[in-house]
Order: sequence, then C-alpha cells, then structure tokens
Amino acid sequence: MKGMTIIVKIISGWVKVLIFLFGIYIILFGHLTPGGGFAGGVILASCYVLLMLAFGREFVEENLPLPLASKLDCVGALAFAVIAILGLVLGGSFFINFLYQKYLPGEALNLISAGTIPLSNLAIGLKVATSLFLVILVLSMFRPDMSGDKKE
Amino acid sequence: MPYALCFLLFVIGLYCAVVKKNMVKIVIGIMVMEYAVNLFLIMLGYRFGGKAPIVVEEDIVGAGGQLSSLFINSSVDPLPQALVLTAIVISLGSLALMISICIRTYERYGTFDITEIRRLKG
Amino acid sequence: MAIFYILLLFIITAAIIAVETKNLLSAVICVGAIGFGASLMFLFLRAPDIAITQIVVEVLGLIILIRVCISRELTFISGPREFFAVVVSVVIIFAIFLAGIKVLETLPAFGTPIFAEVPDAASQTYVEEGLRKTGAANLVASVILDFRAYDTLGEATVLFTAIIGATVILRKKTKKLLEEPDV
Repeated sequence: MKGMTIIVKIISGWVKVLIFLFGIYIILFGHLTPGGGFAGGVILASCYVLLMLAFGREFVEENLPLPLASKLDCVGALAFAVIAILGLVLGGSFFINFLYQKYLPGEALNLISAGTIPLSNLAIGLKVATSLFLVILVLSMFRPDMSGDKKE
Repeated sequence: MPYALCFLLFVIGLYCAVVKKNMVKIVIGIMVMEYAVNLFLIMLGYRFGGKAPIVVEEDIVGAGGQLSSLFINSSVDPLPQALVLTAIVISLGSLALMISICIRTYERYGTFDITEIRRLKG
Repeated sequence: MAIFYILLLFIITAAIIAVETKNLLSAVICVGAIGFGASLMFLFLRAPDIAITQIVVEVLGLIILIRVCISRELTFISGPREFFAVVVSVVIIFAIFLAGIKVLETLPAFGTPIFAEVPDAASQTYVEEGLRKTGAANLVASVILDFRAYDTLGEATVLFTAIIGATVILRKKTKKLLEEPDV
C-alpha cells in the first residue's frame, strides 16, 4: 500500500509548503506572538506526518532518513545546552541571557530582540519536531511485522 | 464551582484507569487525568476581564520597557501557562511510550485484556 | 462565565462517553473531542500559547492512538472486572472526590488569582519586569526560556528519554533502526 489516492496526494503536496512555513513562522516569532518552540516543533512534525500518511513511509524516509532525524534530534538538544553553557562562560551564570544583557539588547517588539530567547526557541523547535517525527516513524515501522506475525 | 467540575473530570479519569481492564482504556484514563490537571492549573491563574500575557505596543509606557499599570493589573498569570506548555508536550511523549508498551503486549499475548495477560503469565 | 460551564460540561460528557463506550475507536474519537474542547477552553482562559500547542498535540496524539486501535481484532471490550473489586474501587474514588471538594473550598474563588493578592509573588515579578529583564514581548516565552529555563532543560531530557524508551521497546524486529544503513 503506497499512500492514498491521487486527490489526497495533490492536495497535501500543495498544503505541505504552507504548513512548513507556518511552523517556521511560529518558531521564529515565538518571543513576540503566541507560539514558540514547542508549538512550532509539533507543527513541523505534523507536516511530515501528513506526508507520511499521504505518500507512504518510503517517500518520507527518502527525504528525511531515520539516522539523519536522530542526529538532528541530538543537535537540537546539544544547541540548547550550548546556549546555556555560553551563558555560564560569557555571562557568569548558567542560562543567563547574556546576549540581551551585554552584546545585543535590540529593541522591544522587534524580531531581533530578547537575546538568546529566539535561539533557544530554534533549538527547542528542532528537538521537538525531530523527536516526535521519530516516534511516529518508529510506530509506523512496526506495522508490517505485526501483520506478518498474525498470518503465521 | 469550575474547580469542582474540573476535579470531577479528574475523578472520571481515575475511575477509568482503576476499574477498566482494557489497556487502551487505561491509557485513555491517564490522558483524561492529564487534561484535568492542565485545565485546573490554567484556571488558577485566570482573572475576570483578564488579558493574555502578551505585551503589545500600547502597553509600553516610558523608556526601558516600563509597562502600564493597566496591563500589570489585568494580565493573567504567565507562570502556570509556562508549566502547562511543557507538560502538554511531555504528555505526548509519555503517550507514545505507553502506546508502544500496549503494542508490544498485544504482539506477545494477542489481547489488550490485563486480566487475561495475568492468567497467561501463570 | 457561562461559556466555561458549557465547555466543561461538554468535556465531561465526552469523557464519560470515552470511558463507558464499548468500541475502542469511538473512545479514541471522544478523546479527540475532549482535547479540542480543552483547546477552546484555554483560548477563553486567555492562554493562546497553550491553545495552539494543545490543538496540534491533539492531532498527533489522535494519530498515535488510532494507530494502536486500527487493524487489531480485539477492539471490542468484554465485561467489567469482578464485582467486589469494582465496588471497592468506586467507594474509594468517591471518598477521594468528597475530600477533594472540601480542599477546593479553601482556594480563592474562580477569577481572582492568588498572585494578585499575595505580595512579592513570583508571578507578579514576571509580569512587571519580564519585558525589561528579557526583552521578550511574549511573557510566557520569557518565563519558559529565561526565568525558568531549567524546566525546559528537564523537559528536553524527559522527552528524549521517552523517545528512546519507545524506540527500545519497539526494536526487536527492526534491529538496524538507529544504526547506519550501510553497516
């Protein structure tokens, strides 16, 4: 079974761009408007899940193979920890907002403001998106083994 | 009174998790309890006629990001919202963990019934 | 105010149906109804961040839950457990409910948050100085990633552990799951 009908494939092919763009917008503007890394990450993951449901698992695995997703997951967690440790090195305490206090104060209500908060949002978004994508990929990988077991 | 209704929701989830013997039903009971706790925490911070804790342009008076007293006196509590935001995403991860345990058990024993599983174990 | 009662009654009705129905697929769909009702409720409680997150998490959670119910033979549930155990559980749960109602009476009334009355509350500081100290207009983001960033670090750890746990539990038949494909 390779995905759904042609109607679903074409529609999801158009919609996937909008969903991905919306997820990136939610992550980038998380410090100004409602949203943030958690919500945006889940939206990015749901974009990939839509593709998986419409086109089948193999199509998604060609675009974002499982080892790459696993590495991106680790990169997201590592980036968040590195931001925290940079606060320790440059600002004097763990998780301090060193960019806002020392180097780049920015102006309130602009995109470039709030120091490390947008960077942390990016790291959290990457981590949440890839880990939720990994869970659903692993859950869907398990299906053929189940049906094979039942027939025996 | 809304607190009591919220607690009733929690008790329904507790009943489902304790009494039912289907594994998926137990997972559903735990999810209902999570919803009840999240709702209760958000309700604790609500105030009548409150505003969302998002600063817009007219709330800033004076230099250096001084906020107007109108915003300070009408904003809802941002702390429970921050806690619940993490709790919701964690609940999705724990849901995936519980569901994978259910799938594994079904593959091993061919049933979701926990009393049957206990009997098969001997 | 009435909207909260309507939504809460809707959520409780959906929860009762989800608990008591015999068909697992209907139960899962009722869980979706609970989640979307809760999302609307968060919106009316002035928490737009939570509403967005809840509504997308609900979609993914429904996909995971339907994935366990679909293509299984035993989606219908047989009768309840032994009568005595059920009666004892129901009595204990009812006692917990009565005790909880007594406790809830000591809280301040709905709509008057605690942090506005207590001097030097932490939330009061977050609201007053969140913009000045962190520069983020979204006060929830300033709490989650600056004032209480340790929570977020712990959340990332818990999520990582849950994902690794699910992968390990489901690994038996697909041993090459996290290895390189050419190994």
